[in-house]
Amino acid sequence: MILFQCTLLVFLVVCAISVSFSKNILNSILIYMSYSLIMSMIWVCLESPDLAITEAAVGAGVTSLLFFATLKKIHAIRIEDDKDVKQGKGKEDRNEQTKAPEGI
Amino acid sequence: MSRLKPQKEYEKTFAFHFFRWLSGSKDPYLGEVEMQPQKEIETPESTILERMSERQMIHDKVYDVEKNRKLVLFHKIYVIAAIFFSIVLAGLLLYTVSCLPGTGNASNPANNEVPKRYIEKGLEETGAVNVVTGMILDYRAFDTFGESNVLFIATVTVLILLHRKKKGSGEKEEDDRVFEPKNDVILQASAAILVPVIIIYGIYVILNGHLSPGGGFSGGAIIGAGLILYLTAFGFEKAEKMFTEKTYKAVCFVALTFYCLAKSYSFFTGANHLDSHIPLGEAGHILSSGLILPLNICVGMVVACTMYTFYVMFRKGDF
Repeated sequence: MILFQCTLLVFLVVCAISVSFSKNILNSILIYMSYSLIMSMIWVCLESPDLAITEAAVGAGVTSLLFFATLKKIHAIRIEDDKDVKQGKGKEDRNEQTKAPEGI
Repeated sequence: MSRLKPQKEYEKTFAFHFFRWLSGSKDPYLGEVEMQPQKEIETPESTILERMSERQMIHDKVYDVEKNRKLVLFHKIYVIAAIFFSIVLAGLLLYTVSCLPGTGNASNPANNEVPKRYIEKGLEETGAVNVVTGMILDYRAFDTFGESNVLFIATVTVLILLHRKKKGSGEKEEDDRVFEPKNDVILQASAAILVPVIIIYGIYVILNGHLSPGGGFSGGAIIGAGLILYLTAFGFEKAEKMFTEKTYKAVCFVALTFYCLAKSYSFFTGANHLDSHIPLGEAGHILSSGLILPLNICVGMVVACTMYTFYVMFRKGDF
């Protein structure tokens, strides 16, 4: 059990660090979702199932959905149009857009 | 236009002069003024291109890494300072955690008469098997009321900020309803199976809040997630058949008012040592523990509606 908890904690730290180092915003939201899931498992291990349910529903569910909706609104993630796929530049464009603006 | 007086007679009256002055066709100092509609300023394309190229030039000049040595220095210092502050902050927080007393220590400052009473007499006084729910909805019910109000205020703010102005008034690109629903067969089929299960599970979590882990907030969040799944799968038109802005207002108003009145009554009688006439029931049954079950339902409804409304407003759905 202790080994399991330690694994979870290591995962938690790895997730937390990789959120900030991920270049793609979509990836960081997905990592954030997994962070919330691991956190809810840790809450179960800490014998507080109330918090675990709330964390899973709010942290992994609703918050991430709101993040997705916001990113779609500010065009940070974009559904690749057929035109972009044909020209083969959809991926590059997205990378450019999600990259943090340099020199500010 | 029909007037009581003929045109020539009307021109002599005060009202004619006044309205002529008001509409601006006659200026008191200049005399007759010819009114002309204002022209819209046209910007030729060359001006726009010129402006853009100037902007690009300034951008290149400022962010020219080879010549602008200050910027390079600033970047280096910025990165070093950011890392330094992060490490210092993390170290400070870790040091504070190491100073905290250990878990389960009998001499902890939190280990006073308050949690002792909650744990020893919680079941007896609130009737809730789940002591946590007994605490947050009985002993500390006004805190939960404040939380519900915070959620309500947050939704009202989002409604003010993101409300769509008029139907069909610009912002076509930002309007998600134009392209929705996408009629994804896989999404719709899985949503048709999952949504009822999710909502029933949420209702179960709310109704069993005083018996098992969970409660109003978690159950409400689960129901809200189910509603959001339904909305993404089937689009705004179908979702609006069961949930509109009016529904949100009515549900939140009824739930918050009931919560406020019920808990005020409970606190009033409790503070004055009066009998509240609310039976606690038998511990372990669904219909037990007095006011906790209805309060749980109220909180759950507010939270579910809030989550769903957040999502709808973020999509500029405007119900």
